[in-house]
Amino acid sequence: MPEKATIIVFSGELDKALAAFNIAIGAASMGMEVSMFFTFWGLNVIKKNEGAIKSRGIMRKMLNGMNRGGSRRLPLSKFHMLGLGKWMMGKLMKDVRFPPLEELMGVAKGSGVKFIACTTSMGIMGISKDAFIPQVDSFAGVASYLAEARDAKVNLFI
Amino acid sequence: MIKADDILDCIGLYCPMPIHNTASKLKEMKTGQVLEVLADDEGIKEDMPAWCRVTGNEFLGIEEKKGQYKVYIKKTK
Repeated sequence: MPEKATIIVFSGELDKALAAFNIAIGAASMGMEVSMFFTFWGLNVIKKNEGAIKSRGIMRKMLNGMNRGGSRRLPLSKFHMLGLGKWMMGKLMKDVRFPPLEELMGVAKGSGVKFIACTTSMGIMGISKDAFIPQVDSFAGVASYLAEARDAKVNLFI
Repeated sequence: MIKADDILDCIGLYCPMPIHNTASKLKEMKTGQVLEVLADDEGIKEDMPAWCRVTGNEFLGIEEKKGQYKVYIKKTK
């Protein structure tokens, strides 16, 4: 049985998402079975970049308008500066050939990392399955997270 | 001087790409073969022995020259 690692991605910011995928890829390269659970603001990381997020009700419509998400839209948690800081960080990353988030997500997927979206957060925010990228493996709740986490040696909350 | 069966160029790549690429490369190689990894991220000095300990492959050694590293790994798994 391969060792397991789980990562809860709660945050919807670029820097935190980069850290999460960095660790996921490293763990997969060390032969671990990795599951990433995206919940609350973390759902933004796995939303499609294209199209509108459809939802019902004025409050959910407002929320999903202001909280559009998508891997290319994530702000930095520090020095975002209305996008200027993010743009600069992107330049710095490119400068040293560090892969952009989308590419890291592709590498993670290619190494067998599982992406799981939290259905409770989806319900609260009114986000449907079709708002997410097709690489999402399943939609689940806390029991399936804990079932994985209790056997895993590495469990992170980011 | 260790003789390698194959070379993997990770110059200019930062963590986690060198270990990711090493894992992929070793999958294509045969047990007993030696891989030479070229890298310039200093983290490799600690990371590659750690990666080998966990994956059960043999860390043969590392050579450093002007900020570039040559890491030798024997595929044992």
